[in-house]
Amino acid sequence: MHPAFSVIFLTTLIGVGQGLFLALVTGQVYSLANLLQPQDSVSFYAMGSALSLAFLAAGLFASFFHLGHPERAWRSAAKWRTSWLSREVIVLPVLMLFIALYGVVHYFGLTRPLFVIRGVISVDASLILGVLGAIAAFALYFCTAMIYASIKFIEEWHSPLTLINFTLFGLASGFMLAAAFSAWSGVDLVGFFGTWAVIFTFAAGISRWLSLRRNRHLVHKSSLQTAIGIRHNHIEQKSQGFMGGSFNTREFFHGASEGTMRLVYLFFLLAVFILPVLLLGASYWMASPYLPVAAFLMQYLGLMAERWYFFAEAKHPQNLYYQSMA
Amino acid sequence: MTQLALVIDLNVCVGCHACVTSCKEWNTSGWAGPLTDHRPYDKDPTGTFFNRVQTFEVGEFPRTETVHFPKSCLHCEEPPCVPVCPTGASYKREDNGVVLVDYDKCIGCKYCSWACPYGMRELDEHQKVMKKCTLCIDRIANDALPEAERKPACVLACPTSARLFGDVHDPDSEVSLAIRENGGYQLMPEWGTKPANHYLPRRKTRIQIFEDELERADNPLKKEAPLPAAEGETLDDVSF
Amino acid sequence: MLDPLEYNDQDLGGVEVKNTTCYMCACRCGIRVTLRDGEVRHIEGNPEHPLNKGVICAKGASGIMKQYSPARLTKPLLRRADAERGESKFEEISWEKAFDIMEERLGRIRKEDPRKFALFTGRDQMQALTGMFAKQFGTPNYAAHGGFCSVNMAAGLIYTIGGSFWEFGGPDLERAKLFVMIGTAEDHHSNPMKVELSRFKRRGGRFISINPVRTGYSAIADEWVPIKPGTDGALLLAIIRELIQQGLYDRDFLVQYSNAAELVIDDPSREDHGLFKRVEMHIEEGCFDPENKLWWDRDLDVAMGTHTPGCDPYLLGEFELEDGTPVKPAFQLLKDRVEDYTPEWAEGITGIPADTIRRLAHEMGVTARDQKIELPIQWTDCWGNDHDTVKGNPVAFHAMRGLAAHSNGFHSIRALGILMTLLGTIDRPGGFRHKAPFPRPIPPCPKPPKGPEDVQPETPLNGMPLGWPADPNDLFVDEDGEAVRIDKAFSWEYPLSVHGLMHNAITNAWRGDPYKIDTLLLFMANMAWNSSMNTSRVREMLVDKDENGDYKIPFIIVADAFQSETVAFADLVLPDTTYLERHDAMSMLDRPISEYDGPVDSVRIPVVPPRGECKPFQDVLIEMGSRLKLPAFVDEEGRRKFRDYPDFVVNFETSPGSGIGFLAGWRGKGGEKFLKGEPNPRQWEMYAKNNCVFHYKLPRSYQYMRNWNKGYLEWARAHAMTRYAEPITVHLYSEVLQKFRLAAQGKRPGKQPPERLRKRIETYFDPLPFYHETLESKLVDTQTYSLNALTQRPMAMYHSWDSQNAWLRQIHTHNYLFVNPHLGKVNGFHDGDWVWVESPHGKVRCMARFSNAVEPGTVWTWNAIGKAAGAWGLTPRANESQKGFLLNHVISEELPACEAGEHMSNSDPVTGQAAWFDVRVRVYKAGPEEPEISSPQFVPQKPVPGQQVRRGRWQAYFAGVFRKKAGISK
Ligand SMILES: Nc1nc2c(c(=O)[nH]1)N[C@H]1C(S)=C(S)[C@@H](COP(=O)(O)OP(=O)(O)OC[C@H]3O[C@@H](n4cnc5c(=O)[nH]c(N)nc54)[C@H](O)[C@@H]3O)O[C@H]1N2
Ligand SMILES: Nc1nc2c(c(=O)[nH]1)N[C@H]1C(S)=C(S)[C@@H](COP(=O)(O)OP(=O)(O)OC[C@H]3O[C@@H](n4cnc5c(=O)[nH]c(N)nc54)[C@H](O)[C@@H]3O)O[C@H]1N2
Ligand code: SF4
Ligand code: SF4
Ligand code: SF4
Ligand code: SF4
Ligand code: SF4
Ligand SMILES: [Mo]
Repeated sequence: MHPAFSVIFLTTLIGVGQGLFLALVTGQVYSLANLLQPQDSVSFYAMGSALSLAFLAAGLFASFFHLGHPERAWRSAAKWRTSWLSREVIVLPVLMLFIALYGVVHYFGLTRPLFVIRGVISVDASLILGVLGAIAAFALYFCTAMIYASIKFIEEWHSPLTLINFTLFGLASGFMLAAAFSAWSGVDLVGFFGTWAVIFTFAAGISRWLSLRRNRHLVHKSSLQTAIGIRHNHIEQKSQGFMGGSFNTREFFHGASEGTMRLVYLFFLLAVFILPVLLLGASYWMASPYLPVAAFLMQYLGLMAERWYFFAEAKHPQNLYYQSMA
Repeated sequence: MTQLALVIDLNVCVGCHACVTSCKEWNTSGWAGPLTDHRPYDKDPTGTFFNRVQTFEVGEFPRTETVHFPKSCLHCEEPPCVPVCPTGASYKREDNGVVLVDYDKCIGCKYCSWACPYGMRELDEHQKVMKKCTLCIDRIANDALPEAERKPACVLACPTSARLFGDVHDPDSEVSLAIRENGGYQLMPEWGTKPANHYLPRRKTRIQIFEDELERADNPLKKEAPLPAAEGETLDDVSF
Repeated sequence: MLDPLEYNDQDLGGVEVKNTTCYMCACRCGIRVTLRDGEVRHIEGNPEHPLNKGVICAKGASGIMKQYSPARLTKPLLRRADAERGESKFEEISWEKAFDIMEERLGRIRKEDPRKFALFTGRDQMQALTGMFAKQFGTPNYAAHGGFCSVNMAAGLIYTIGGSFWEFGGPDLERAKLFVMIGTAEDHHSNPMKVELSRFKRRGGRFISINPVRTGYSAIADEWVPIKPGTDGALLLAIIRELIQQGLYDRDFLVQYSNAAELVIDDPSREDHGLFKRVEMHIEEGCFDPENKLWWDRDLDVAMGTHTPGCDPYLLGEFELEDGTPVKPAFQLLKDRVEDYTPEWAEGITGIPADTIRRLAHEMGVTARDQKIELPIQWTDCWGNDHDTVKGNPVAFHAMRGLAAHSNGFHSIRALGILMTLLGTIDRPGGFRHKAPFPRPIPPCPKPPKGPEDVQPETPLNGMPLGWPADPNDLFVDEDGEAVRIDKAFSWEYPLSVHGLMHNAITNAWRGDPYKIDTLLLFMANMAWNSSMNTSRVREMLVDKDENGDYKIPFIIVADAFQSETVAFADLVLPDTTYLERHDAMSMLDRPISEYDGPVDSVRIPVVPPRGECKPFQDVLIEMGSRLKLPAFVDEEGRRKFRDYPDFVVNFETSPGSGIGFLAGWRGKGGEKFLKGEPNPRQWEMYAKNNCVFHYKLPRSYQYMRNWNKGYLEWARAHAMTRYAEPITVHLYSEVLQKFRLAAQGKRPGKQPPERLRKRIETYFDPLPFYHETLESKLVDTQTYSLNALTQRPMAMYHSWDSQNAWLRQIHTHNYLFVNPHLGKVNGFHDGDWVWVESPHGKVRCMARFSNAVEPGTVWTWNAIGKAAGAWGLTPRANESQKGFLLNHVISEELPACEAGEHMSNSDPVTGQAAWFDVRVRVYKAGPEEPEISSPQFVPQKPVPGQQVRRGRWQAYFAGVFRKKAGISK
């Protein structure tokens, strides 16, 4: 597939936004359970929510570049019964709404407990919104990933690993951002978020490795034989019926050389899984507010490469019809 | 239920591209038009076509088969391109099974094209909406046309009549018959998309000649001059 | 969007439907053009047209993009005074000025020396008019594309069976059981061939294709027989041998309808050796092949007049006539000829296994013998015998330029004609079928002028510019036996060059050999590109100057509709209309679209007005004819006779009162007559009402066996289609050729070949077909140049016409050289690599594509896809010029010097057929430092005034308007 930058930005940016929000909620839940120091509503939760929203909005913004007719984007909610894209389009604003409310609630300090469960957990509006938002965030990971995973004949994508990867990458980068945000705003949660970020990064590493391995050994269901319905082991295309290219040759081929593929692959391994962890580790020793930020930026860059690779590595069966021209 | 479709006979398709340009010509000025062209008179001209004819070589010299392979939307009975469309722009008609795109609803997200394993959809990169073969819906359903012309442009154009058109759900239709009698098949059956369009395979005619058929009592050589008689003595003269 | 069921195309604008005839190629299908508010909305096949019956092809359906092409010329243009020829710098002028220039120039030439005006036309369909114009002008220097196209096919078969493939006849696939197609990629009968081929296959017919390449038609053949180029003669002769050996020939057919049983004088010492023994008998005035010959009767063992009732002649044997003359039946000579042409011998030459050759022969012979067709049609032959049935042996052939475009093509095609005759398939159901006005006498009656005296100032040419020599005295030569025509047609160099040698016209004119000319008018011919051999050199010749600084070809007029490569070399450009804008007549006097069942001619009627100042070239000729006062165009007082072409078509008669004009339909005052009859002022209307065609269906009894069908021949004579009703006996043995040979041997009085050509004539004017290597292969180093290079026509492109077509050019944007992968392996290059194709004459750089559908000794490419930069309304960056290439640069128009002389045309020695496919090449990888661009390249051609500016990056055509928005909305 041809990696489109709009989609790369969309999926990675909202992944971060969702992850950050989940980190915030996690932080809040931990502090509710007295496992963490409670944080300032305004400077931390409200600002964090705003940051998360910003990422989601940026992602949304990027997505418009993917559309031929962004002015009609509203129409895309119509087919939520069947289309994961439609569902994503619905869940994304819902999530953004929850996050916004969550931020507002925190901003105005509307955190008076509404009721207490079993006498231990005091539930306030922010918690309810946080939990609802968390559900929406997970739903969004699911929807986004399902857009890819549900296309059964793009076999590289058609796997639960796609769902797991999207979620874990989102969480890793979101928690990484949370750590960076903490460091930047001088909040003492760098270790907490950082640890989770490393755990998610590690988990994502495993699941991505599994998917890479799976893809390497994929035996594609379709072949030239099934594509044109002729049984012979020596079939070659001579002409695709046109010579100056078509949508089918532009949209479904990445056009990059083997070498570029390899380079991108190595880069994302390094940038997503290794460098950020090292940078975070270093920040333990040096307690710099910059290192976690650098770790996040590095990982985000890596994630873009990873997403590029995710597209490039997918072989669409339609490509069987576009092998050679004359 | 009616399922209109094309049946393409690879046994007679000579790869002339008549179906390609007549499709473009009909549709560019019709319901589904225009079909734009990019760089029409410049380097790497490219454009939107609903139908393409490709060429494959099967086998190695001298046992090579050259196969011309026309390719347009198969109007799948389980079209994966339809449910994925977020706007409902892509739809399959209830009345005749034709899969269409409503350009007014299409947002140009290309998702449906990803969901077509056959690469039968083409985004019009100028107008930014998804396009594809309409089975010439504005011909086949146009009562103003005489009955005989209520057929897709490509079907009417095809000089070898390699393109049959009809209802594949009607067991007695020309297309159903052709599929049944000539081993019609679907592309990439592995995906369960149940393409309505079918392809008919190559068939070979051979002649068997038996050795003894070369010899005949009426061989015209027998009418020619008998071999000249040997001159001079014969065995008759000397043997006893 | 509107629901498609509510949408109606007709609601968008005023719809009009008009019939006319397509001219995206020479097939001439009937088309229906739908206009929306006067702009072209749709072009489809006319279902009521006899030729295409409703279907259309890729080109035909892209006619819109030709009509609106930015390559269109719209203004008469004169080369700017400050510009050199070839720079493509022009000023717009008025038609009046253009006519004045031509009138002055041509008037002067006609007064001084009409030879100095040369008119050559490409793949046009109005030779009836252009040829007449030349004749009226008085110049012998006229020809159309035939000489570089397929004259071998025309001459080879017409001199054998009185008709031919190409536009003159074809295979009856409706009844055939076995169909053998040789060397055909597309041909002129494009749509009908496809229609019939598929019906044939569906009926269970067996289809064999003999071709070095498997594409197009060959793709759907039941069997592909890859053959080495230029060797079909060997294959056909071996098949003939096998058929004779096995007795698998139709003896009755040979006896009755060919000269197989006729007795040939067999005494090399005699002057009349190799001629038929002829006896005293009444013969019709001017008939070349009268029936005054002899058979040897089997029962009485004596010679008898042919077709003596009750006589059953021997086909084999040798006999002595009463006067002591040793004679042999022609068939015996044929049998002797093919004796050594064994399948094993042919295998070594053709690359086809001997067993396959034998099997092919058996399939043909057994099918012809055992699957006889008998139709209950009564007819009477020329000898008065009534037949209750028409019989057929259902083996049909078709062949085209794969046979024709080789220098041994004439004899290969003769062999094919003989093979068809042996099988008994001439004008019979399931075999070869003629199309009116064929069959014609062998050879047909029109003759070229005979000598320089036939060309006189201010006088029409005495003779036809193109004709059919029947013996050496028909040649058009001077007292030294040298050529009178600029292309040297009808000279001893190429005696039967019945279509001229357009491919040598420019080279000869440039060299001044045999003389210099003044004005060259090229109509619909892209001679600075794809219709020239040795294109790079020809482009230089066109701009070459003599010592005085004058162009060697002083004045060039180009009549074209598009900005072709040739336009750049014009001094004067005449913008023609397109086929949708003009009247045309596909006349019985040229090559009509006749069907097997009878004569058919057709017309074009404009469906849209001319663009800009485009003017139909026919109108230009009529204007010029009137201004120059050419007799056919003016009355006795010298006043213009015809307003314009439509008027001309209606009122012109070949001679006053002849009743023969350009159109055969609806003649006579009220349209009640056909073929012959007075002019009918409403003739165009009647064509318009009848789908633009006139189709006369012969009675069934006249539809077959027309060479010998008394009823038909008399009908044809009565309707002025032929001059006599004599039977047209198949020339298995060609006495015509033997006469030339005898002349070369000094055994004939009359015209004699120059010494240098005696041997050549003696060799190639063999009365029986024989196999010889192509001339080029004999003269170049075939070890080094071990490959044959071919071109094929792509079905979706017509010569050079269609690169201007925004839709078609997307299908063939540039071309590759197709090679067998084996060749790449041996020569160290890969699929897609840049390679050089080098012949002894030149080289081109291009990209290679591996293909298993090509014989390993052959490389090929699509014809005429490569273009000169900037031509055809394309940008100079267009793929056509940067990646596409033209093979013509490596094909020479002349042979290396040899015994027959210097500057001999690279052509068949009998007919002057351009030997395009003889070229030998080698292929090797281009250097890594070389640019990835095809070679040669030329300075980009500039657009000319009046050409529409290019339409920009996007084109969204919607019935004449260019709209941005998609779809039909409420
Ligand atoms: N679409 C389209 N149609 C056209 C034209 C066009 O440009 N485009 N041009 C028209 C014109 S002017 C003409 S003359 C006709 C020509 O019609 P064709 O004769 O069909 O033309 P070519 O493409 O030259 O085909 C020659 C074929 O002969 C094969 N061949 C070459 N050498 C040999 C040989 O030695 N032996 C055998 N057995 N085969 C050989 C080639 O591989 C090729 O398939 O087509 C007409 N029709
Ligand atoms: N290498 C190689 N060369 C070949 C051949 C081959 O097989 N191989 N084939 C040869 C054969 S068979 C032929 S017939 C020739 C064909 O050669 P040509 O007849 O010279 O070539 P075309 O490209 O058909 O076009 C001639 C010109 O007609 C113009 N034209 C088109 N429509 C109109 C019109 O309506 N009016 C006017 N006035 N002009 C018009 C075009 O713009 C073009 O410039 O090519 C020959 N060249
Ligand atoms: S028009 Fe018919 S024969 Fe020609 S390419 Fe299309 S399907 Fe094949
Ligand atoms: S062929 Fe592709 S576009 Fe057409 S219905 Fe099937 S999946 Fe959809
Ligand atoms: S591109 Fe258009 S038709 Fe396709 S999925 Fe998107 S909205 Fe639907
Ligand atoms: S059915 Fe109509 S739209 Fe579809 S390929 Fe044929 S001509 Fe084109
Ligand atoms: S075959 Fe030739 S005449 Fe017929 S439709 Fe095609 S281009 Fe036109
Ligand atoms: Mo030709």
